[in-house]
Amino acid sequence: MNIHAIKAIYLFEMSRTFRTLLQSVVSPVLSTSLYFVVFGAAIGSRFAEVEGVSYGTFIVPGLIMLTVLTQSVSNASFGIYFPRFIGTIQEILSAPISSIEIVVGYVGAAATKSFIIGIIILLTANLFVPLRIDHPVWMLGFLVLTCISFSLFGFIIGVWAQNFEQLQLVPLLVITPLVFLGGSFYSINMLPPLWQNITLFNPVVYLISGFRWSFFSEGDVSVELSLAMVALFLAVCLGTIMWIFKTGYRIRN
Amino acid sequence: MNTIPLKHDTDTGDPLHPGADAICSIRDVSKTYDGGAVALEAVSLDIRKGEILALLGPNGAGKTTLISIICGIVNPSGGTVTVGGHDVVRDYRQTRSLIGLVPQEINLEPFETVNNTVTFSRGLFGKPRDPATIEKVLKRLSLWDKRDSQIVTLSGGMKRRVLIAKALSHEPRVLFLDEPTAGVDVELRKDMWEIVSALQADGVTIILTTHYIEEAEAIADRVGVIDKGRLMLVEDKVTLMQRLGTKQIRIELQDPLGSIPEALSQYELEIDGSGNALIYTYDPTGGRTGITSLFTDLKSAGLVLCDVQTHQSSLEEIFVDLIKGQT
Repeated sequence: MNIHAIKAIYLFEMSRTFRTLLQSVVSPVLSTSLYFVVFGAAIGSRFAEVEGVSYGTFIVPGLIMLTVLTQSVSNASFGIYFPRFIGTIQEILSAPISSIEIVVGYVGAAATKSFIIGIIILLTANLFVPLRIDHPVWMLGFLVLTCISFSLFGFIIGVWAQNFEQLQLVPLLVITPLVFLGGSFYSINMLPPLWQNITLFNPVVYLISGFRWSFFSEGDVSVELSLAMVALFLAVCLGTIMWIFKTGYRIRN
Repeated sequence: MNTIPLKHDTDTGDPLHPGADAICSIRDVSKTYDGGAVALEAVSLDIRKGEILALLGPNGAGKTTLISIICGIVNPSGGTVTVGGHDVVRDYRQTRSLIGLVPQEINLEPFETVNNTVTFSRGLFGKPRDPATIEKVLKRLSLWDKRDSQIVTLSGGMKRRVLIAKALSHEPRVLFLDEPTAGVDVELRKDMWEIVSALQADGVTIILTTHYIEEAEAIADRVGVIDKGRLMLVEDKVTLMQRLGTKQIRIELQDPLGSIPEALSQYELEIDGSGNALIYTYDPTGGRTGITSLFTDLKSAGLVLCDVQTHQSSLEEIFVDLIKGQT
């Protein structure tokens, strides 16, 4: 195990985060605050309570997930795409470091950044709406798992992308719709029965549901199912990454 | 400057007699890229401990592919490579720890500082943090004053020094320099050569690829020539330079000649096909070239000159000669 290498990659990536602190942290916090102002205060005040909490409070887990998912994917995809783009990946590939160590370094840094942003948004939300967290350990567990699995997914995107457009494409065309349609801003029980069933094919539904359960003890699906789905997604991403390194897909050829 | 005893001048890596002093052994390495492009065909070579080996070859000859295979960036399609006795695929941790690579392209994180970038490389290659070593490397490359500058603010030459500093940060025993002086000014090229010599004195084995014969001439102990994925030859530099070092003068005449006049018989002259020109071959490194007396005698022989051109074999022509010589 090349601990020094994992540490080097992790610290190098984190130093990029801190160097670009403004765009890394301030912009997601600002956009989330806008959601709270618009949906929570302006529109939400006219809504009835959802699942026993005010609408503004209800959307907090979904908003955190929205940001954490997009941030994880974009951080991790950029983290590995940028060295490919500028060519510094050559040095990584020529280093005495295993594929797993490379992934731990990059995905660890991306997930850390997303986690920090998630926590900051949680604290920001606390300023706008009253919050209660029934199961804090589960909440942190879901947050960490989501950060890691979607950073892994982002890593795959970063390896797959051939240009910056493709790098933007997946977060924009896949993640954002899935999150918006995954119950960030509503309970899927509010949907007509047909759409409730269709929505169950959206993996993000399980994430948001489980995460929301850890706050309010209420979810669209059971917490066990949520956890199983996150684990499944994590396993799929890990498998894909193993395949990437085994075949050298878009990295070593 | 050649401090290493050269035992087998044309050792291209006979698999039955691997060089005892080889730090890197390449055996029948081939590479075919996806899509069918053949980059290397059955290349075998022993790189001796402590030597400076220059690999010459035109663009696309396979030099970078060979280096990339040794360094683990590209997987070979066939053959084996060992570094320090370890297989580069199976025991990649051992081999890569021994190797430093200065890539051809200037690939650097633009917004990081010099110090962070070089420190990162050391960690990546599995060495614990050691500011003293980084300081030594940066000072050796005259980068110490720039340690807190962002890479993006550096000149091209400075960036190239940063690449070398990165490659040296983990104190490698084998250093690969891929076209280190391409597009580099004369002063930096000289500096680079001095750095390479100093590293050799420390016992580092150095392999560099280049387009420039002068470069190989200035610093290498042995020269290998790669063309179209094949290693055409590996030879002691001194021997090779003698073969490659001749120059020609083409003397255009006003009146065609049938044969070389008696008065000029002492010179190495040939008549051009049409008889309109004389071609004089000489060795520019030999001190006396005979040019002055040739021209005096041309005048005495009553020949009227129209034009004079000098010509030195280009690398391209040298390759052609070498390839012909091999078959």
